[in-house]
Amino acid sequence: MSQGVPIVLLEGVIKRYRMGTVTVDALRGIDLAIYPGEYVAIMGPSGCGKSTLLNLLGCLDRPTEGRYLLGGLDVSKLDDDALSEIRGTRLGFIFQAYNLIQQLDVLENIELPLYYQLHPRPDGRQRALELAERVGLRNRLHHKPMELSGGQQQRVGIARALVNDPLVLLADEPTGNLDSRAGAEILELFDELHKNGKTIIMVTHDPEVGRRAERLVRLKDGLIEEDRRNRPRPEETGS
Amino acid sequence: MIHWMLLVWRTVRVGFKSLWLHRLRSLLTALGIIFGVCSVIAMLAVGEGASFEAQEQIRQLGSNNIIIRSVKPSEEQKVNVQRSFVSDYGLTYLDLARLRDTIPGITVYAPARIIRERVFNATQSLEAEIMGVVPWYTEIRNLRVMTGRFFTSIETKQEQNVCVLNRVLARALFPLSSPLGQLVRVGGDYYRVIGIADSESGGKRLNLAGGNSGSAAGQMYIPLTTAKDRFGEILIRRSSGSFQAEKVQLHEITIHVDDQSRVEAVARIAGGVLERNRKKRDFEIIVPLELLRQAERTKQIFNTVLGAIAAISLLVGGIGIMNIMLASVTERTREIGIRRALGARRRDIVLQFLVETVILSGTGGIIGVCLGVLIPQLITYFSGMMTIVTVWGPLIAFTISGLIGVVFGLYPALRAAYMDPVEALRHE
Repeated sequence: MSQGVPIVLLEGVIKRYRMGTVTVDALRGIDLAIYPGEYVAIMGPSGCGKSTLLNLLGCLDRPTEGRYLLGGLDVSKLDDDALSEIRGTRLGFIFQAYNLIQQLDVLENIELPLYYQLHPRPDGRQRALELAERVGLRNRLHHKPMELSGGQQQRVGIARALVNDPLVLLADEPTGNLDSRAGAEILELFDELHKNGKTIIMVTHDPEVGRRAERLVRLKDGLIEEDRRNRPRPEETGS
Repeated sequence: MIHWMLLVWRTVRVGFKSLWLHRLRSLLTALGIIFGVCSVIAMLAVGEGASFEAQEQIRQLGSNNIIIRSVKPSEEQKVNVQRSFVSDYGLTYLDLARLRDTIPGITVYAPARIIRERVFNATQSLEAEIMGVVPWYTEIRNLRVMTGRFFTSIETKQEQNVCVLNRVLARALFPLSSPLGQLVRVGGDYYRVIGIADSESGGKRLNLAGGNSGSAAGQMYIPLTTAKDRFGEILIRRSSGSFQAEKVQLHEITIHVDDQSRVEAVARIAGGVLERNRKKRDFEIIVPLELLRQAERTKQIFNTVLGAIAAISLLVGGIGIMNIMLASVTERTREIGIRRALGARRRDIVLQFLVETVILSGTGGIIGVCLGVLIPQLITYFSGMMTIVTVWGPLIAFTISGLIGVVFGLYPALRAAYMDPVEALRHE
């Protein structure tokens, strides 16, 4: 459990929202360490703070209290520009509604995170093409998102999340809008990514999906209720 | 630097794509700017053309010249109790001599008599101004002789019956043949045509100068001496039952002042000299230089007013753009959220929306410039009004349209950039 440096480390994270005169504690003290290569599913009932937690992990928001170390860097006090840069270079987002940009074609959507990088990689186009190949969309490069099926769109979303070679993949109900077949294909893709050593954090409602993950974190009322392993970590088994 | 340029290039491309997605809306939005820019240029062109025409007419009078004209005093009728048919007024040869002798620095003077008579060639005829002038009249008044020649001082001395017709008269009397060497008749006398002169833009010019305008722009120049001899000093004019007689020695004296800065002073002195020797004011002094200045002032006012109107129309166009961009920002909240999640900084979002507004207003500006250059041509073609499109018109209009894009695009862009990414992502 203690091998390596955690890639994500939350210490006493509290997130408080003010809604008019009432303040709501969405997260009430989260301690969580996620290590490189882990495949973590976050589950819990509606309103338990899953989304808030994912937004914090995704540097879309800052904790009210506590520390968040991402790859050893304390990001809980960074300003907006710095957070944007972190999102663009260290994180990959996969959304329930795919969230592709309609006026761009497949290739451009995959390349999008690279647009905003301060030091763009010279092989950006090449990498986008490789990823398109990997998710099986090599022959759909210049289609618009509207012309693709849901499963295909989500695969574009995954390719886009991978293009900047992120430390952590953050997936928010990635199969929520898909039928079971397309969903299964997407989950297989996640398994494959996991096998290749990607760190994945996935929020889901579906216990089936949650079981596929290596580790399950269950939230309730802004606190971690349960944190258990479905399987031992590959490193621990020495494989 | 290269990266930055690449980013701008990509943003521009994406901007075009986003605008293309809503073609009709983009077109309608740009329409405000198109019309604004187009009207600025067209208005300036019309104004420039009108003022150029006016200035050209004034310049033709000569900016170094002072023109003194005989004017029939209005109070004469009352003063004259004895019902004399002959009204005696106007500039005299004596006046001419006095002016010449009193005022230094006047080199040339051109006295003229102007008689309205019908000019005949066989059956063709036209009422024209018959101008008895000196041989150097052409130089002083910038009159261009197009074919043939003007008469000489020898012909003047010999009081020969030669004449130069202006274009209008020549065309009226000789519609098919060349008038050179032909004879025209005025009253009982025949005159040989020796040249054709450019029109002195008669009616308009005289109107502008506030003088006696003639509806007929026909003009015929004959030597002053000949005019004096053939027509005498008393001019009888018959019109519907009554007849009037006027005794006028000179209708017009043109003074050429060597130094332009002295023109106004000389005009005052000349007025004083003439005033001293007569009881009533029967002359007027026209200073083209003054008119030119007035015309310039008028042009300035004109341009200011036009500019204000055009600025308002551009402003309205700008507000239209802002309105649409605000709607667009709301509509694309989700897209903004996605871009922010993928690493776009606030300034990237600002740039994106700003680029889109500038594309809108810039494209509108370009189309507006094209239309604005074209429309004055159409105006000239259909109404004959003179228009001049200067380099400045399109340049200023285009720059303003670009600026409007930035100014009115900034607020929607900032609003887009300062959205909370979490909220934006949740937006349906």
